[in-house]
Amino acid sequence: MKKFKYSEITPENIYKNRRKFIKNLGLATGSMLLNQHLITSANANAKKEHKKLTEYRYITTYNNYYEFGTGKSDPVERSQKFKTKPWDITIDGEVENPITISMEEIIEMFPSEERIYKLRCVEGWSMVIPWNGFPLGKILKKVSPTNKAKFVKFTSVLDPEQMIGQRFPILDWPYKEGLRIDEAMHDLTILVTGLYGKKLPNQNGAPLRLMVPWKYGFKSSKAIVNIKLVEKMPTSSWMKASPKEYGFYSNVNPKVDHPRWSQATERVIGEGIISPRIPTTMFNGYGDEVANLYTGMDLKKYF
Amino acid sequence: MKSFLKPSIFTLSLIPFIIITYKIFLNKLGPEPVKEITHFTGEWTLIFICLTLSMSPLKRFTNFKFWIKIRRILGLFVFFYATLHLLTYIVIDYRLDWSQIIDDVVKKKYIFVGFTAWLLLVPLVLTSSQRMMILLKKNWNKLHKLIYVIAIFGSLHFIWLSKTIFFKPLIYSLIILLLLLLRIRFKKTI
Ligand code: HEM
Repeated sequence: MKKFKYSEITPENIYKNRRKFIKNLGLATGSMLLNQHLITSANANAKKEHKKLTEYRYITTYNNYYEFGTGKSDPVERSQKFKTKPWDITIDGEVENPITISMEEIIEMFPSEERIYKLRCVEGWSMVIPWNGFPLGKILKKVSPTNKAKFVKFTSVLDPEQMIGQRFPILDWPYKEGLRIDEAMHDLTILVTGLYGKKLPNQNGAPLRLMVPWKYGFKSSKAIVNIKLVEKMPTSSWMKASPKEYGFYSNVNPKVDHPRWSQATERVIGEGIISPRIPTTMFNGYGDEVANLYTGMDLKKYF
Repeated sequence: MKSFLKPSIFTLSLIPFIIITYKIFLNKLGPEPVKEITHFTGEWTLIFICLTLSMSPLKRFTNFKFWIKIRRILGLFVFFYATLHLLTYIVIDYRLDWSQIIDDVVKKKYIFVGFTAWLLLVPLVLTSSQRMMILLKKNWNKLHKLIYVIAIFGSLHFIWLSKTIFFKPLIYSLIILLLLLLRIRFKKTI
């Protein structure tokens, strides 16, 4: 599948002129976009929205990153001095060749590609973000998972000195998340090192974060230090906080409401006060690529 | 001096309204404007609930009648901000999509308690005048104890709509709890 690279078709200065950029994207690449997994959803509305990149300033100032506080602007305000160098990531567990690898090595070994994904937060809002990264599967293959590796567990950094939120029992720190091995190996699942062609800002999960576009945003761990292949389904921090509200799968699904709020619609970040909510689509619009991972599963039960 | 008191409290209470109007018209609401208005008006409703509840304890501690005099204005502003909050939800967020709204009120417990709290405010507003106070006599006091229920529902609403109780929902709930506890002590000493 050919990946759409916006910088190939759009001159650099166009970042500064979003309106023009979007127009170009719409006109020049309309047909090209049709081949992209980002708009495979049948929903015309979602297709339209997908073309509109969320502005850089919104992506980098409106964040849920409870390690730095529970307010949306806490992460940008409190993470600027966060040290991301040196940074090592360990990949171990049910693998033939466990490794500890530095960020520099990762960036050298795995060339980054651009992926424009829609991010849907469990709170009912969405953004469209041009990420830079590489498929998680590439790095997992390097360590050769054994046949006992059924799940992948992601552990984020624990550093209460630098992360004020971790001094309070907001969640079970460090942040833990998980994927089933086939979800982790899926080509859409990426490890992210940048966005908008720039180094990943601290508030967005630098130096290395996950991005799983068909799941609610909280599944995509930030500031990852350990990736462990395991046999049993890991318990994520959110599952532990409230098992009735946050399931292991957490696939975007307009038909399965969060117990306390509806998931049928979403607000598009950056849109004005007049623009309405848009309908949320199954698997966040990536159903064509990922629905087959869940055939025969009752998604109401495995939410 | 006296004649200035109520108009100044009134004007001060309007400041949040002026701020949000200014933000709406100058497009300063940030990435999620509708949620910003909802949160702003919701938080100010809760702040005015806390202010209203602080008046009789303050009178007790300071022995100034002043506090009781401004209590009514503050109470009416609870209703004012709660109504703006409700209208934001109905008109701007859900665009009068009644089936969705009714579904939410019935199914979502945070909307249910919020809506109940708003409904309970209505009789308090209708009986807020001096005349009603005289007319209802002792019953007025009984009826206006509803504000305690409203305060509890308001903080439950905030806890349930948030992903975690940290920190604002917790802080407001503790303030409300304290304000309510002060009253229990108050009665025993009389
Ligand atoms: C006395 C009544 C009420 C009080 C004190 C109150 C208070 C609040 C507070 C403090 C917030 C959160 C603000 C923040 O996060 O900064 C909030 C949010 C909200 N309230 Fe209320 N509220 C009341 C009534 C209502 C009613 C009647 C409705 C609708 C029927 C409603 C719907 C909402 C919604 C939709 C949110 C935003 C939820 C979200 O973030 O997704 N509230 N309210």
